[in-house]
Amino acid sequence: MSLQISDISKSFKDLKALKHISLEVRENELFGLIGPDGAGKTTLFRILASLLLPDEGQANVAGFDVIKDYKQLRKNIGYMPGKFSLYQDLTVEENLNFFATIFNSSIEENYDLIKDIYVQIEPFKKRKAGDLSGGMKQKLALSCALIHKPKVLFLDEPTTGVDPVSRNEFWGMLKKLQKKGITIFVSTPYMDEAALCDRIAFINQGEILQVDTPSAIVKNFAKQVLNIQTPSIYKALRVLGSYQHTHSIYPFGESLHYMDSRKDFDWNEVLNHLRNEKIKDVEGELISPEIEDVFMELSRN
Amino acid sequence: MKIVFIIIRKEFKQIFRNKAMLPIIFVLPLLQLIILSNAATYEVDNIQVAYIDYDKSLSSRKLIEHIKGSSYFENPVYFESPALAEEAILKDKVDLVLEIPNHFEKDIQNASHPRVAVRINAIDGATAGVQNVYIQKIISNFNKTIQLESYNPAQQSLNYSSIESVTSFWYNQNLNYKTLMVPGILVLIITMLTLFLSSMNIVREKEIGTLEQINVTPIKKWQFIVGKLFPFWMIGLVLLSIGLLIAKLVFNTPMLGSTLLIYAYTSLYLLVILGMGLFISNFTDTQQQAMFIAWFFVVIFILMSGLFTPIESMPVWAQNLTQLNPVAYFVEIMRMIMLKGSTFKDTGVIFMKTFIYALVMNFLAVWSYQKKN
Repeated sequence: MSLQISDISKSFKDLKALKHISLEVRENELFGLIGPDGAGKTTLFRILASLLLPDEGQANVAGFDVIKDYKQLRKNIGYMPGKFSLYQDLTVEENLNFFATIFNSSIEENYDLIKDIYVQIEPFKKRKAGDLSGGMKQKLALSCALIHKPKVLFLDEPTTGVDPVSRNEFWGMLKKLQKKGITIFVSTPYMDEAALCDRIAFINQGEILQVDTPSAIVKNFAKQVLNIQTPSIYKALRVLGSYQHTHSIYPFGESLHYMDSRKDFDWNEVLNHLRNEKIKDVEGELISPEIEDVFMELSRN
Repeated sequence: MKIVFIIIRKEFKQIFRNKAMLPIIFVLPLLQLIILSNAATYEVDNIQVAYIDYDKSLSSRKLIEHIKGSSYFENPVYFESPALAEEAILKDKVDLVLEIPNHFEKDIQNASHPRVAVRINAIDGATAGVQNVYIQKIISNFNKTIQLESYNPAQQSLNYSSIESVTSFWYNQNLNYKTLMVPGILVLIITMLTLFLSSMNIVREKEIGTLEQINVTPIKKWQFIVGKLFPFWMIGLVLLSIGLLIAKLVFNTPMLGSTLLIYAYTSLYLLVILGMGLFISNFTDTQQQAMFIAWFFVVIFILMSGLFTPIESMPVWAQNLTQLNPVAYFVEIMRMIMLKGSTFKDTGVIFMKTFIYALVMNFLAVWSYQKKN
């Protein structure tokens, strides 16, 4: 096991940020922690990175206890916080050099690990970190987190605020790093990124809802999902909100996702109900549920 | 040690890269030194006297001549009536009104206690006090001259003998206020700058989130603290050097004692201030908060340092409080060494107190740093 979390709790005054979290991440796994803002993701990351003490419970990262062996632990993990936190007034090269040196390493020593990422920002190595674009800042932060060849890499919402193309590229880089033997623990509020992980854990309001591979999570989902398209989404949402058989209804991109409270149901009946309520151009089809549907369902309870 | 060195190098890079900060650190303080030392003096001169002369005699004119002759006074202006003179005081055109009554000369000749009235604008009490001393001195000088003039050997027995005091001002013979102010203001500048910079510096890492990144590295806390504070210790000493140079070249301030002793004390003193800066930064989350707290202390330290008001004239509780004021020690020791030529033997007690202060302050700072982070 690369990561063992058992019964971790943490409160901030009245707010219970984490409630008895237990989780295991295998060696060399790309593990995703999926949850909305305020679910407790960052708190868990800070505990695992030895920046915060849990109120209860134990955690073990790469064989080191986060409380007792924090000194050893820090040598063996890479942590990239959600907020860009390198020195903005130092250049790309100086930042990288600084972090390499304080880990008693050098850029040359682990160059092959960061090469794929660093070559993309190397043309700008004399530029101050503060003057980089968002995507390049992220690459620099990742390089700095990797420069000491950590066993476990913690990435706290690395793609928040990054454009879709760069996000794709970023996940490509993570896959490559995984092949080099690094265990990656990544959090994200984007459900579409969950499918790219080996296994995921849903977290909401400080509780782990489910842990499994993305495909198994979708496969084991019992409900059928009806995808409804109409130009008047808001009206349809209101109508189905007070429909007697509605189990759940929520906007999903440009359409609505509907789940019925009955085990078997005729989806045409639902569409007709909408049409009877004078909603124009209603179309719909049954689709296989996506990860977001599962999460919406889990977080309802 | 290598890690400490790396942090120090990083810190200096950041300081020297900050184009706005460099002049703030090196140019502004020295401008302050030059401007304040010239401007902040206790000297009271250019006193404007108005006089009302009812007597219009030789003696009254002689008294006015005495005032004219003094370098502290402007040429006295004549007013017809006390009302007009009072109006001039009200309009701030005149500082002092001298009223010479009728029979002034006659009273002198008859030796029957001649009197003059002096009215002083005392909005600023300290200045008014000094003006009073000056005018008294002039009147008593005048007194002496007329006694000499009316000296009559036959009346010798009537002459009472008076005690005359002859004052000499030690360590600052000409009562040159710049000599007094320059070492003091240099102390203020060093204190302000190092306290502000050090307290804001660590908070800044908190504010922009880099402290968290540092905390997940194997950097030890002492390495980080030493690495962060050492540059400001250096800057403090560099400022001292430039300041002493200006004191010598621009103000020609004497340096009777050992310069080395001043450096030794400053090195120790800066530890107190840097510890204080670290302490402040541990209890604040933003540079703004740190700045305000540092200001709070600096204002108290400066006003109670003995630089602007003598510590001896403060109430006892305030005097006891200045025992905790590092600036007071520094001001005292600078004056002792520069103006009096005190040696380590004379200043040993202050050295000891500062040393203890530095120990306590840094212990508190490191302790709270560990607790908070």
